[in-house]
Amino acid sequence: MKRILTGAAVLLLSSSLTVTANESVLEATGNSAQWAIQTGDYANTRFSKLNQITRDNVGDLQVAWSFSTGVLRGHEGSPLVIGDVMYVHAPFPNTVYALDLNEDGKIIWKYEPKQDPNVIPVMCCDTVNRGLAYADGKIFLHQADTTVVALDEKTGEVVWSVVNGDPSKGETNTATVMPVKDKVIVGISGGEFGVRGSVTAYNIADGSLAWRAYSMGPDEDILVDPENTTHLGKPIGTDSGLNTWEGDQWKIGGGTTWGWYSYDPELNLIYYGSGNPSTWNPAQRPGDNRWSMTIMARDADTGIAKWFYQMTPHDEWDYDGINEMILTDQEIGGEMRKVLTHFDRNGFGYTLDRVTGELLVAELFDPAVNWTTGVDMDPNSETYGRPQVVAQYSTEQNGEDVNSVGICPAALGSKDQQPAAYSPKTELFYVPTNHVCMDYEPFHVSYTAGQPYVGATLSMYPPEGDSHMGNFIAWDGKTGSIKWSIDEQFSVWSGALATDGDVVFYGTLEGYLKAVDADTGEELYKFKTPSGIIGNVMTYEHGGKQYVAVYSGVGGWAGIGLAAGLTNSTDGLGAVGGYAALSDYTALGGVLTVFALPN
Amino acid sequence: MLKTTRTILTAIGTIAILGSVTSATQAQEADKITVAYGEDGKYFTEDDVPTFKVAEDGTVDWPTYEGFRRYHSECHVCHGPDGEGSTYAPALKESAVDMDYYDFLEIVAGGRQVVGAADNSVMPEFGTNKNVMCYLDDIYVYLKARGSDAIPRGRPRKKEAKTDAIREAQTDCLEG
Repeated sequence: MKRILTGAAVLLLSSSLTVTANESVLEATGNSAQWAIQTGDYANTRFSKLNQITRDNVGDLQVAWSFSTGVLRGHEGSPLVIGDVMYVHAPFPNTVYALDLNEDGKIIWKYEPKQDPNVIPVMCCDTVNRGLAYADGKIFLHQADTTVVALDEKTGEVVWSVVNGDPSKGETNTATVMPVKDKVIVGISGGEFGVRGSVTAYNIADGSLAWRAYSMGPDEDILVDPENTTHLGKPIGTDSGLNTWEGDQWKIGGGTTWGWYSYDPELNLIYYGSGNPSTWNPAQRPGDNRWSMTIMARDADTGIAKWFYQMTPHDEWDYDGINEMILTDQEIGGEMRKVLTHFDRNGFGYTLDRVTGELLVAELFDPAVNWTTGVDMDPNSETYGRPQVVAQYSTEQNGEDVNSVGICPAALGSKDQQPAAYSPKTELFYVPTNHVCMDYEPFHVSYTAGQPYVGATLSMYPPEGDSHMGNFIAWDGKTGSIKWSIDEQFSVWSGALATDGDVVFYGTLEGYLKAVDADTGEELYKFKTPSGIIGNVMTYEHGGKQYVAVYSGVGGWAGIGLAAGLTNSTDGLGAVGGYAALSDYTALGGVLTVFALPN
Repeated sequence: MLKTTRTILTAIGTIAILGSVTSATQAQEADKITVAYGEDGKYFTEDDVPTFKVAEDGTVDWPTYEGFRRYHSECHVCHGPDGEGSTYAPALKESAVDMDYYDFLEIVAGGRQVVGAADNSVMPEFGTNKNVMCYLDDIYVYLKARGSDAIPRGRPRKKEAKTDAIREAQTDCLEG
């Protein structure tokens, strides 16, 4: 009865909700006191206008309060703050807490979904979840088992829920969702299980499906207009998601959509990237494998693609293209351009015109990258826009059952999902990166629904001559160059935060929250939290005071390779284990730590 | 102490030196590892349980090498590199030594759940997955070699040749 009433109430209100939903997010993110979307704003800048904490006083930062999530696994994403309430989430079982900021974080409500534990082992790399979303009085949770739930922000009661995928086929979720206008945009994980990736828009009012766009397959599945959807300025033509595959491989083709989403309200376009083609053995999927590894710009209302850019055609290294797309307006070549900046797993920092999809800049953001000599930037060239592959590091050219050694970066990429930040004051991007190389041996693999579908043997280690496995860099997206770079012992797996106080924050895998000068990178403050940080730093204001908060709770992909330490397979016998093990620094446990200046 | 004894034993080359083993427990443990006989490039204990063979120059038997490859494709995304464990799944190099061979097979094929307030540990069923099941003995002997410190971390550098019998058995399993 209650559910019916709720449903009826929603229907009654839906006409007004559809008009205001987009505005509710814009309004909420426009108020710097709040952190109303995981990415800080629709543009994914992770920049806050709050400036109480500055480069001059950040050294005085203290822990104000903390909160245990009660969950041990890897904690990605960040809390949200809407008004006087903080919304905290956890990895599987995906508990949600609403905390009252007026009462030292007293629990207002708690929501804990019941999920089949069988979803746990079909999540490729830990049971992480990158957080909640807010629009129009609802808190959105996308659970591990792909159930999307809309919760009443006041009570935590379920307004509606919808199931987006089938975990028995390896379809799971780790990502947040993005509310846009009257819809909520939802992705899917499972590229290591032969899942065919898709993005789905559900109506915020009632959870009904509005549109779904697959990453590969027939034109009607991938929502394209062959004449008007472009790739590097040219129409993509018919059947692009079929004729770049052999046989039916596209049906288990990967290209999952587990990263971040951004939105330009003026252009009404959503932006995101697709993941690796399945399997990891390139010999089993001849062709360019479109549209895996692709930056996509789609109409928010219809899902129809305006443009694509495939960064890594026919992937041979698992360089998923799902990292965030940061939308800024910058002067390039004397002209103000609406640009999109993206730091890809493959090591390139790309700057594109986000209106047309024109490629403006593609430069490496880690000097260790060696699989490519660069992107062909000549529009008249046959290989325009393609990365030039170095034969020695081509797992396709070396072939099945051959171990290609010393490839940089490793499969986890020069940067994974951990989002970068952008400051309009410095016009710099602050990028958490991985500095890890690998051996990669592809082999023939057979497909069984719901079972891992990988097809490559990997080992990872720091670049030759280096002992650090991460960098935190400042990047100029206009020229594609590194302004400064900080060595980190482990990969930096925490999302950055830039602020108007000229301070940039990030977390480390040992568990430090660090604050650095936005201009110089000079370290201004650090504090060791209870566990390694793979969450993203956020900030908010309450009672006239600025706070900075971050989850600690080590895990995720970082918790797989690094927990035991990495070894260099080219080392001689006895020299193994020479690199630091993360387990020497930190242990499990999900805790939110909130920082503020002393009174 | 136990560990030290075992390390010394394996360092000598996994050849049984039962005379130096003092307790029944240690003898039993040595028996899980010691090669009693070889057959077409595979090695077995007295109880016909698959085991590894590492020569003095570090050359490993083919199944151990194959196990390294298959482990780092199918298992390492949860259980960490080299069987060392991750932040959320146990170190299988220990399991392969501590567990009975048949129990090991059963858990891989049938899965296992440890779900409670503090733990959400779920091992899936791999019984229908040929990429795992066709190489299960290989993965087992590789992990047992790791757990008994017979081989170091990383890719084994030298290996015995793959025999025709092994090649045929793999093909039969994958295509059968």
